[in-house]
Amino acid sequence: MYLLSFLILFPLVTAFILLFLKNDKVRAIAITSAAVILSAGSIALLIINFHREAQYFSLEVPYIDKAIFFIETLLAGYIFYMGWKYKKYIISGLILAQFLITAVFETRYRHNIMVDHVLFVDKFSIIMTLIIGVIGSLICVYAIGYMKDYHSQHNKALKDNRRFFSFLMFVFLSAMFGIVFSNNLLWLYFFWEITTLSSFLLIGYNKTQEASNNAFKALEFNLLGGLAFLIGIIYLYRFYGVVELDKAVYLGKLGALVPVALISFAGLTKSAQMPFSSWLLGAMVAPTPVSALLHSSTMVKAGVYVILRFASVLQGSMLGFIIALIGGSTFLITSLIAISQNDAKKALAYSTIANLGLIVLCAGVGTYEAMWAAMLLIIFHAVTKCLLFLCVGAIEHRIHSRDIEDMSGLIISMPKISIMMQIGMVGMFLAPFGMLISKWAVLKALVDFNPLLAVFVIFGSSATLFFWVKWLGKIITVVNTEQDLEEGMSKIETIPLFILAFLTVGLCGLFPFVSTALIQPYVMEIYGTTLTMSQGNIVIMSIMLAMVMLFPLSFINYGKRVKVVDAYLGGANIETGTRFRGASGSIKNMAMKNYYMEKYFGEKKLYRFGILFCFIFMVFMFMVLVK
Amino acid sequence: MKIFLMIIAYIIFAPILGAVLSGLDRRVTARMQGRVGPPILQPLYDVLKLMQKDSLVVRRSQNFYIAFFLMFIIFTGALFFSGKDLLLVIFALTLAEIFFVLGGYKASSPYSIIGSQRAMIQMMAYEPIVILAAVGMYMVTKSFYITDIISYNKPLCYYLPGLLFAFIYILTMKFSKSPFDLAYSHHAHQELVKGMTTEFSGRSLAMIEVAHWYENILLLGFVWLFFANNILIGVALTLLVYFFTILVDNTFARVKWEMALLSTWIVGLVFGVGNIIVLFFVKR
Repeated sequence: MYLLSFLILFPLVTAFILLFLKNDKVRAIAITSAAVILSAGSIALLIINFHREAQYFSLEVPYIDKAIFFIETLLAGYIFYMGWKYKKYIISGLILAQFLITAVFETRYRHNIMVDHVLFVDKFSIIMTLIIGVIGSLICVYAIGYMKDYHSQHNKALKDNRRFFSFLMFVFLSAMFGIVFSNNLLWLYFFWEITTLSSFLLIGYNKTQEASNNAFKALEFNLLGGLAFLIGIIYLYRFYGVVELDKAVYLGKLGALVPVALISFAGLTKSAQMPFSSWLLGAMVAPTPVSALLHSSTMVKAGVYVILRFASVLQGSMLGFIIALIGGSTFLITSLIAISQNDAKKALAYSTIANLGLIVLCAGVGTYEAMWAAMLLIIFHAVTKCLLFLCVGAIEHRIHSRDIEDMSGLIISMPKISIMMQIGMVGMFLAPFGMLISKWAVLKALVDFNPLLAVFVIFGSSATLFFWVKWLGKIITVVNTEQDLEEGMSKIETIPLFILAFLTVGLCGLFPFVSTALIQPYVMEIYGTTLTMSQGNIVIMSIMLAMVMLFPLSFINYGKRVKVVDAYLGGANIETGTRFRGASGSIKNMAMKNYYMEKYFGEKKLYRFGILFCFIFMVFMFMVLVK
Repeated sequence: MKIFLMIIAYIIFAPILGAVLSGLDRRVTARMQGRVGPPILQPLYDVLKLMQKDSLVVRRSQNFYIAFFLMFIIFTGALFFSGKDLLLVIFALTLAEIFFVLGGYKASSPYSIIGSQRAMIQMMAYEPIVILAAVGMYMVTKSFYITDIISYNKPLCYYLPGLLFAFIYILTMKFSKSPFDLAYSHHAHQELVKGMTTEFSGRSLAMIEVAHWYENILLLGFVWLFFANNILIGVALTLLVYFFTILVDNTFARVKWEMALLSTWIVGLVFGVGNIIVLFFVKR
C-alpha cells in the first residue's frame, strides 16, 4: 500500500525538484539516483507480492477527489486555451465536452459515489510496474546524454528546455504508475489524461511546425479516446452504480458490455490501432527517448492494458471478435507497410503498431491461452523495442541520418551499438528470442480459438521477417572502409543500452521463470486454468539459445585459413574494390540498395485500406451493442 | 533411446541420401534434356573436391554464417526426425535459412546481396504456406507433435488436399528450382552470376551443398507427413512429388520476383486458407 503510493508520488516529487535544478551535472545525478530508486522500488514490489494474490486497498484521504477535480479543471483550461490559440477547435470542443461532463458529474453525483477500493495490485500490475520502473528509468538516464547532444549539436536554434523535458518524463512515469494501480476508474481516467497531455507536450517539444501539428493530432485522437472513457465511466455509474475496475469486469461478465466497449475504444485510440494509427507515426518527430518511453514501451501499452483487463469479458463475445479483427487487421497491414519504410524510426513505429495490434488481437480473443501470449508480448516487446529505439537514437546522432540505407557498415563504424542493435533486431523476430516465443504462443492460442484469425498473424509475421532481415543485412554489409564513429559516446548513453541488450537475451533464458512466477499466477487467478510451454520445448529453445550465443565465438577463427579478395562486380575492379570499369570504359562506383517494393506495399495505398477496414469494424463494434 | 538412434541415423544418412537424390536429380534432368548425365555420386565428388580448394572471401566473417546455417539445418532435421513440435521445427528452419541469407549479405557483394534479398522475398512468400500446413495438420490430429501427426490413422492428404497442393507449389522455391530459382541456382546461366553463393568458395561452398542435402531430406520428410500413415506408400508418393518438381524444373522458365511472391500468396490464400476454412466448418 505504502509502496504503491510511493511509486506514484516519488516520480512526481522528483519531477518538481528537477524543475528547479539549473545545473546540468546536478540534474544528471538527481535523475540517475531517482532512476535507481524507482527501479529498486519496482523490484521491491515484485518481491513483496511474489507469493501474494491480488490485493485491494481502500484509502481515506480528505479532499483528494476535490484536488483531482481541481487539477483536471486546470489541465482542461490549459488544453482549451492551446486549442483556441492554435485554432484547433476540435480539440477545444473535445476538452470542453469532457470538462462539462466531469463538472456535472462532480457536482451532482460525487457525494453519492461509494468507492470500496481505490488502489490495487496484482501480477499484471507488477509486470507493468517493472516495465515502467525499470525500462522507464533506463530511458530517463539515457535521455540525459541524448538530450545534451540533441541541443548542443543537432538543434542549436532550439531553446534549451531540458529541465521541462525531464519534468515531463517523470510526471509521465508517475501517471503511468497511477494507471496500473488504480481500481477507481475516475482516478484511472485522471492519470490517463495526464499521459495524454504529457505526450502532447513532449511531441511538440521541438517547436517546429511539423512537431506542433503532430502533437495536436496526437492530442485530438487521445482526447477522443478520453471522452469515450469518460462516457463509459458515467454510463457504468448511471446504470450500475459503480466506478471500480474490478466491479466493472464482474458486471461485464454478467452482460454489461457498453462500458466495456467504450473503455476498449479508448484503449484502441491510446494504443494507436487503425484507424487511429496516424498519431503514433506523427509522434516520431519527438526526441528518441520520448518515442522509446511513451510511444513504444509504456504509454501505448496502457491502451492494451485496459483492454486486457476486460479480456475475460470479451472472450467469446461478438464485441471481442470485432476487437480481435481490428487488432489482426492492424497487425497485418502495418507489418506489410513496414516493408516499404526506409526511415528507421518510422519503420520502428509501424512495427510497434503491429505488435500492439497483436496484443489487441489476443485481448479480443480473451481465452486463457491468448492472455498468456499477450502478457509475453507486452514484456518482450517493451524491452526489445525500447533497445531498438535507443540504438537508432544513438546512431542518428552519429551518422546524422535515420535512413536505413545509410546504415551500411555500422558493424565497422559503430561496432558496440550495432551489435546491440542486432540483438534487438533478432529479438524481434527470430527463434529462440522473446518475440518469436510470444508469436508462437499467439499462434497456438488462435488456432485453438478460431484458425481464421491465425491467418492474419501468419501472413503478417512473414512480412515482418522480410523487413527485419533486410535491415539487419544492411547493418552487417560493408561497402567502404569506414571510420570509427563511436568515439566520445558518453557512458551514460551506452550503459542503458548494455542493460537493455542484456535483458533482451537474459529474459529469453529466464523465460520459464517469467512465465511461472508472473504470468501464470495471473492467468490462473482470472481463468482458473493456465498453460505453460511443455518442458521438452523449453529445453529445445534453451539449446537453440545456447547455440546462437556461440556465434560470437566463431570470431576466434577470424581471418584464419581464408584469402581475402575483392567482391565480383561483373567487370574489372579498379583501385579499392568498390569501383569497377563498366560498359564503354567508364568508371562506376558500386552501390547496393535494399528492396522496398513501394508499388505493392506503399504506405499510401495500404494505409487507406487499413483505415477503411478498421473503420467499418469499429462501426460494427457499436452496432453490435445497440442492436 | 529410439529418439537418439533416429537423430544419429539422420545425421549420418541424410547427407548420403541427399547426395544420391541430388545425383538422381541431375541424371533425370539430363535424360529429360536428351543427355547421358553424370554418375549418380557426382554431387559427392564435387563436394569432396571443393573441400580441397582455397577459401576465398570478401569479408573475413562471412563463412561463420554458413557454418551456423549448416549447424542449424542439422539441428532442425534432428528435431524433425525425433518427432518434436512441428512449429518449432519450422522456426528452427527459418533461423537456419536466415543465417544463410545473412551470409549472403555479409559477403557485401552486389550479386550476393540481391540474391539474399530475393531469398527473403521467397521466404516471405512461402512461410505462410508452411505454417498453414502445420496448422492444418494440427486441426486434423489435434497435436503439433510430429510423433502424434504420423500416428494418425488416416493419410492427412485426405483432409488437406489444398494444403498439399500449396506445399508442392512452394517446394520448387525451397529446392531452388525453376520457376522459382531467383535467389541462386545450379544452372550455369543464372542472371545473378550465382546469386547468394557468388562469393562463397571452397569449404564454405561445400558446406552450403551439404546443408542443402540435409535440408532436402527434411523437406521431403515434411511432404511425407501428408501420407505418413503407411510408411512405404508414403515414401513412394514423396519420391513421386520429388520427381514432379524435377519435371517442373525442366519445363518452366524462371519468373520475376513479383510473380513468385504474388502467385504464392494467392495459392496460399485460395488453397491453403481455403482448406483451413473448409476444415474448420467440417470439423466443428
